[in-house]
Formats: sequence, structure tokens, C-alpha cells
Amino acid sequence: MYVAAKGGEAAIAAAHQLLARERRGDQNLPELSADQIREQLALAVNRVMCEGSLYDGDLAAVAIKQARGDLIEAIFLLRAYRATLPRLGYAEPVDTGAMRLRRRISATYKDLPGGQMLGPTFDYTHRLLDPSPTLAAPPLQHRSEEPAGEPALPVTLLLDREGLIETNAGADGDAIGDLTRTPLAFPAGRDLRLQALARADEGFLLGLAYSTQRGYGRTHPFAAEIRMGEVELEFTPEELGFAVPLGQITLTECEMVNQFQGSATQPPQFTRGYGLAFGHAERKAMAMALLDRALRSEDLGQERVAPAQDQEFVLAHCDNVQATGFVEHLKLPHYVDFQAELALLRQLRAEWLAARGGDREDVAARVGDGVVP
Amino acid sequence: MTGGVSYNFAYLDEQSKRTIRRAILKAIAIPGYQVPFPSREMPMPYGWGTGGVQVTASILGPHDVLKVIDQGADDTTNAVSIRQFFARTAGVRTTTHTSEASIIQTRHRIPEAPLAEGQIIVYQVPIPEPLRFLEPRESETRQMHALEDYGLMHVKLYEDIARHGHIATAYAYPVMVEARYLMDPSPTPKFDNPKMHMSPALQLFGAGREQRIYALPPYTRVVSLDFDDHPFARTRFEQPCALCGARDTYLDEVVTDDSGGRMFVCSDTDYCQGRRTAAPGREAHDERR
Repeated sequence: MYVAAKGGEAAIAAAHQLLARERRGDQNLPELSADQIREQLALAVNRVMCEGSLYDGDLAAVAIKQARGDLIEAIFLLRAYRATLPRLGYAEPVDTGAMRLRRRISATYKDLPGGQMLGPTFDYTHRLLDPSPTLAAPPLQHRSEEPAGEPALPVTLLLDREGLIETNAGADGDAIGDLTRTPLAFPAGRDLRLQALARADEGFLLGLAYSTQRGYGRTHPFAAEIRMGEVELEFTPEELGFAVPLGQITLTECEMVNQFQGSATQPPQFTRGYGLAFGHAERKAMAMALLDRALRSEDLGQERVAPAQDQEFVLAHCDNVQATGFVEHLKLPHYVDFQAELALLRQLRAEWLAARGGDREDVAARVGDGVVP
Repeated sequence: MTGGVSYNFAYLDEQSKRTIRRAILKAIAIPGYQVPFPSREMPMPYGWGTGGVQVTASILGPHDVLKVIDQGADDTTNAVSIRQFFARTAGVRTTTHTSEASIIQTRHRIPEAPLAEGQIIVYQVPIPEPLRFLEPRESETRQMHALEDYGLMHVKLYEDIARHGHIATAYAYPVMVEARYLMDPSPTPKFDNPKMHMSPALQLFGAGREQRIYALPPYTRVVSLDFDDHPFARTRFEQPCALCGARDTYLDEVVTDDSGGRMFVCSDTDYCQGRRTAAPGREAHDERR
């Protein structure tokens, strides 16, 4: 006698207990603390803050720990928490030109006012796997005592002064959309596109940005500047009427300049692609800048020929919380739809066989009985 | 985060709920029209019912009685998970009985027992756009709805007939609402489509990832697309439910052994259980027939 499978509740509770045990791993080893994660896996924390759209290293570290190091799961945890937070208002635009620099490089000028500063980078390290003491940090002053560069003017200003680069549209006064409060509608303006890219999956952006370099919507980019450091965050409470500082956040900013042949309405000049990410997240900021430019193709009168230039394609699929949910929902039961498909398939097969001369009983035996639509 | 986190009744903050209720009201005012709404990240993944959960959270009151089903059953894992979520965050009474529920959240099925006035059924919707697999661009499909330009869908159905002799769509079978909007009934089997027509219950559809809400107010005309010479036909099963003997329900096929043995049982577990409780022995009776 068949008894329908019961006990979903007990199974779920047991699965969660198993998960908790697996999360802890070997109990003979010391447990990781969220502080250790925040300090020693800082780039993972940065990515989770960035794609989780919440600047809070402590919460991001907790999320990473809870997610067993699955960063997309951690991003999801942070987003779900963020969604419950009341919205007090919008911060003032940050001035990245006044950034307290910890890294700043330009690929377009050998030397420039403010200089080049490598900062803490993997660049020029040899990727030799090395589990031994060389990974230990040399004694150094506390981070706040580290030498930091003076503010330096953005590299694109040099081009701007000569009129060689487009001026940034969307200056003061334009209403800026909010992706998290208004559903995305197409075509989306650059403000909303940049918001979507800022929280988009790094891997997805990386692949699409790469595709533009390989001929699928080529943009001829140069990394005019990549800068990383701390900026002041300010907020103007309505009742005060003036901006008050909230503190500092770490940002990575990338400005690409791209060759542009000009069009009927615009002279030949460099165009811009812009990337900005929480924390130290250079790959993300660069990929974002390439895609920002690619997505501006239509605005600049260029033909849309590649996926990276297609905003509906890019924006509708770049969010990893959405993507992972929908891909993984395939493991939910689909008995009912599958049954409907099964019935249809049997019918189609029966008809197919019947049309080729099998009699009805023969057909039934060959395709299985059960359902007649 | 430790210690300081607390959540509102039914999880969402009141501001978010009001926003969603405004979208619901608009959807009710324009039956079958997909209303964009600012979907929130919920603590379950997109594609797992976040749209339905947000709709339910927004309309749920402390006196509501909630039923959650997935594949017609109350005890499928995701139905259990969502029911527990609301039991925990809203403290509402839950039930497995269709007639007792004031709100029924569902994935892929409409209960067999007819719904009544005052009940609300909330559908979880993965892809709200019935034209999506014919036209991937949202900007295009919105225009097609605006212009009531549904030729593409009719051509698709016609091609089915030309190729197979009948319309080869078994679930998510498109419907016309009040002769105006083409609507995806969510991936319910087409067996359930007729239940949507002139239902006394309010039907709400939530698609979280796609940020759309649509609705069928009570007593809305909902017609499955077809042609005069190829009328819509509901799926029929040859045998009754092996457990309760019902001949008019949607059946799940259950594989019972390794040698091709299988049986068919009601997908609506509450309905099936109710029949067996009400009339034990009906199964044997039906088998004799």
C-alpha cells in the first residue's frame, strides 16, 4: 500500500541540524570568529558588502561565516537583512576626488600630479602557492598610521580641460532613481544601470566585460585611473538643513576612457565608462566600467550588436541573488507540471506511432497507459 | 546584529506592505494587467515563492487562517517552510483544510474544493509574462499588451496544431482575462484553468524576482485561449485516484517499484484525505465499478 511521503517538517529540521554541524567542521580545530574573517578575509567581506548593497564589514563577516564561505549565500543573507532596514534618506554624493588614497594608478600617463601609488595589490606578485611563514605580515604601524597619499585630482580632469573627453551628464538637480524602491523599467537610465551594475555579480560582469575585449561590442578602453581609499560620507537630516559627517567608507573607483569616432551629433572625443565598488574591489570596478561604457552604446548612437551592449540582457540577469534563486528553484518539486508534460508526451508519442500504422492497443503497450489527455 | 534584530508582523515593514498593497489594488482594478512593484529581498530565495510571500505578508492580518500548498500538497518541503515562516513571523493560525483558510498561498495548483467568497488565493509566479518565451524583451512585451497585440501567441498555438494536431501546452496555458489582457495562470496545469473563471475568490499573483503583481477580482471572466475548431480541453485521467477513488481530480503519478509499477493519486492531499475520512471504503467501491 502506498503512503504519500510525509514528514517534511522533521526532515527540514534535521537537515538544518546537519548543516550546523557541517558548518562547524572539525571540532578539534578552533572556531573562526567573525572578527578574523573581517580582518583576514577582507576581500571576501568587501565583495559581500558590495553585492549585498550594505556597507557593514561586521555583518558581512557574520554572513560569510553563516554561509560556510559561500559568498553568494552570504550576499543573499545581507540583502535579506538590508531589505528590512528603514530608509532614513540618501547620503550626499561622495567626493572621490578628495579620497584619502591608499592606491592610485593610471595606465594612460606615466607620471601625473599626485603620482602613482601601488598600495596593497596582488599585481606583480608571483602566484607561487606558499603556505609558509612568508604569508605572515611584516610588522607595520596600525592602519590609521600608514602613510596615505594626499588627495589627487581625477585623471580624466586632465583630458576634460582640453575638451578631449565628454563631460559627465547628469549633474546636480537631476532626480536619481532608486533601484531598490522602484522596479526597473526599460530602457533604464545610466543612474539605474550603474546601481544595478554596482550590486551585480562580479563573475557575470567579469565575463561580459571580457567579451567586449574579445570583439563582442568592442569599446577600445584605457584604464585612465583606478583609485582606492577612504572617503567621507555625509548626510543632511531634514531638520538640520546642513550636512553632517557619518564617517568614512572605503571605495574603489575606476574610470575608463574609450575611443569614440564621433557621430552625426557628437565630435570625435573620448567617452567614459565608470565603475565604483565598496571596499577594495578592483576587478569588480574595472568590469563595471567596461560594461557601463558598453551599455551606453545606444545613447552614443552606436549599433547594438553584442550581449554586453544589451541592457535588458545585462541588467535582467546580473543580480546573483535573483539568478541563484531561480536556477536553484529547479530543485523544488515540479511533480504537477511534470505530470502534465508526461501526459502530453505520451499523447504525442501515441499519435506519432499511430500515424505510422501501429494499432491502438499496440500503441498503448508501447507508450505506457495511464493518461489520455 | 547579535541581539538587536527584530522583525515586524509578517516580516515586512509597514511601509513596504503599503507599497505592495497599492500595487495589489491597482492589479485588482485592471484584471490581468501586470503591475510593477518594488520587490524586496525576502529571507527565502527568488524563485521559491518570494512574490507570493510578499503578497501574503502584505494582506495578512492577525485573524487570518493560512494554508500553504506546493504541488497541491500541504506537506511538500517548500510549503512547510513558507507556512512555518508565517507561523513564526506573524503568529497566524495555519490549516491544511481549504475551506478553513482565509488565505491560501499556492504553487502550481488550485485546490480541488471550490473556493468561496471572502477567500483569497495567492499564486507564486516564476515568469509572469505569457509572451516571454516568444519575445524575451520586456520593453517589447509591455507594448504588445498595451496594443492588445497577441497575434504572436495565436500563431504559436496555431503552429502547435499544424504540427501536432492539437495545442501542445500542458501547463502555464495562456488565458484571456475579461477579453482584454493575456495572462499567465502561473505554471498550474491546464486542468486548473477553468477554476479561475468566475471564481468567487480573489486571486492574486505575485512574481518577486520579476517584480510584478497581477490579480483576478472575484467573478472575473478567464478564458483559456483556443480556436473554434480546436476548443480548449481539460486534461482527463483514465483511472480514479487509487486512494480516494475521485474521478474528477488532478492526479500525481507515483512510481511504486523498479519494474514500471505506478499508481495515480490526488495531487491535492487535503481533498483526498477529506474524501477518505468522509467515506472509508470508497476506494474499494470505485475499483469494483
